[in-house]
Amino acid sequence: MTRQLHDAPLNDWANRGRVTAPVEDFIAKALVAAELEVRKLRHDPVQLFTRAVQPVLWLTIFGQVFTQVRGIPTGNLSYIDFMTPGILAQSVLFMSIFTGLLVIWEKDLGILHKLMVSPAPKPALVLGKAIGAGVRCLSQLLIIYIVAALMGVAINWSPLAMLGVALVVMLGAALFSTFSLIVACWAQTHERVMGVGQLMMMPLFFASNAIYPISIMPAWLQVVSQLNPLTYMVDALRNLMLVEPAGSYSLGLSVSILVSVAAVLIAFCGRLYPRLVR
Amino acid sequence: MAMIEIQELTKRFGTKTAVDGFSLTVEPGEVFGLLGPNGAGKSTLIKMLTTLLPASSGRATIAGCEVGRQSAGVQRRIGYVPQALSVDGTLTGYENLLILAKLYGVPRRQRLDRIHAALNYVGLDTVANRLVNTYSGGMIRRLEMAQATLHRPPVLFLDEPTVGLDPVARKTMWDLILQLRRDYQTTVFLTTHFMEEADVLCDRIAMLYNGQQVAMGTPAALKATVPHPEATMDDVFIHYTRNLLTTDNEGSYRDTSTTRRTAQRLG
Repeated sequence: MTRQLHDAPLNDWANRGRVTAPVEDFIAKALVAAELEVRKLRHDPVQLFTRAVQPVLWLTIFGQVFTQVRGIPTGNLSYIDFMTPGILAQSVLFMSIFTGLLVIWEKDLGILHKLMVSPAPKPALVLGKAIGAGVRCLSQLLIIYIVAALMGVAINWSPLAMLGVALVVMLGAALFSTFSLIVACWAQTHERVMGVGQLMMMPLFFASNAIYPISIMPAWLQVVSQLNPLTYMVDALRNLMLVEPAGSYSLGLSVSILVSVAAVLIAFCGRLYPRLVR
Repeated sequence: MAMIEIQELTKRFGTKTAVDGFSLTVEPGEVFGLLGPNGAGKSTLIKMLTTLLPASSGRATIAGCEVGRQSAGVQRRIGYVPQALSVDGTLTGYENLLILAKLYGVPRRQRLDRIHAALNYVGLDTVANRLVNTYSGGMIRRLEMAQATLHRPPVLFLDEPTVGLDPVARKTMWDLILQLRRDYQTTVFLTTHFMEEADVLCDRIAMLYNGQQVAMGTPAALKATVPHPEATMDDVFIHYTRNLLTTDNEGSYRDTSTTRRTAQRLG
């Protein structure tokens, strides 16, 4: 073991106080936390492709069959065009809703403790995790675009539209992964996070406009669907992803709802986050 | 100025008092050891001092910053190696340190130099780009030490730093702790179950039992309190915690499982 003295004096920057503005510092720390997630992903990218199997099956099997049946009124849109944004949103939901499992794993390992004793603001750590979940979901985007194109979905290939889709995917992933983190802060164990995730994912998916329009639902379910953030994610994707924008709400409204819900969840989760290491 | 100053620090969980009115002053450069059976409150105390857990009452000051009021200040001034593993196995050693350097706001210009100096200091410079899940237990602990001292904190908290290590790796850790004190006057606050470790490393020791401090002093002074001519630290421990078997310790199951898991991963 060689000894080498560091040239800097003891903890020299500890006393400099705030050199950066709080907002700037917050964003910088969130990006570091996100970088951590992305670096982990880079060392183990296989999971991204195994995760893509499910949405591909939904599109190729469920999608093709229901396109033949023509049992769901989707207006001028073919059913496969209608459901493709829904399946993209679904795969984001299914991937993100178990983010809490990862954080419980990190808590059991001890990795979370070292992040918690760092001076990084806790909501920034949550935001970093949420961005990480978003990056994870971008891989789904790539695969779904390819499969959808092969199946003849009328996709809007303009780079701006595709960028919009990517941002909505990240926003949705941030929202649902933060929801999962909140569950983890309360539940504290793998089993319970898993249970709540399983419990939530089907109702969130079916009580939304992902694979059928809200208009065909019974009145009570319409109310539930309109309270479901997934509905707004799907709607924003329908506006951005297809040649003929097919959303029921304006893009601005959907995105504002997603941003607000995500921001509230992240702020709330930032407060709960320290519970995980107590 | 004392590096750690604790006054009547107390933590209650419901009706159970995990830490009961603990007071202590640790001077700069001192290596202080906290001993006690599982469930005695050691981890609770360390969590309070490292800002992870709010205290029920009492106060603690670390390097001039008050825990609870100036958490960010405390966090910049402490390094913490938790009992469980705190490095990410799916990243390289270098990446683990890089993320931490960025989180602590180590200036960009100094970052690389500092990381390499830290890796060099703990003897891991040649394996910096290997994934941590290929490291041995001793290497992982040394990387954790590099990580916890990267921002050059004046106070270092080590929760059972040598659990699960073989004798050679353990000896290396001891040397590293003493070397940090020698080179940087780092104040070290550690918990351990190895009495020999406490004896070799610590200037002073406190014994915690059922949340209360039952003894405090230098290893020599503690040994002298035991009515036994050639008492070891083991005898001291047994002397002060004799009736352990008759008390029930809440939280022991969790402690034990954490310790075993850690030992398993490092072994």
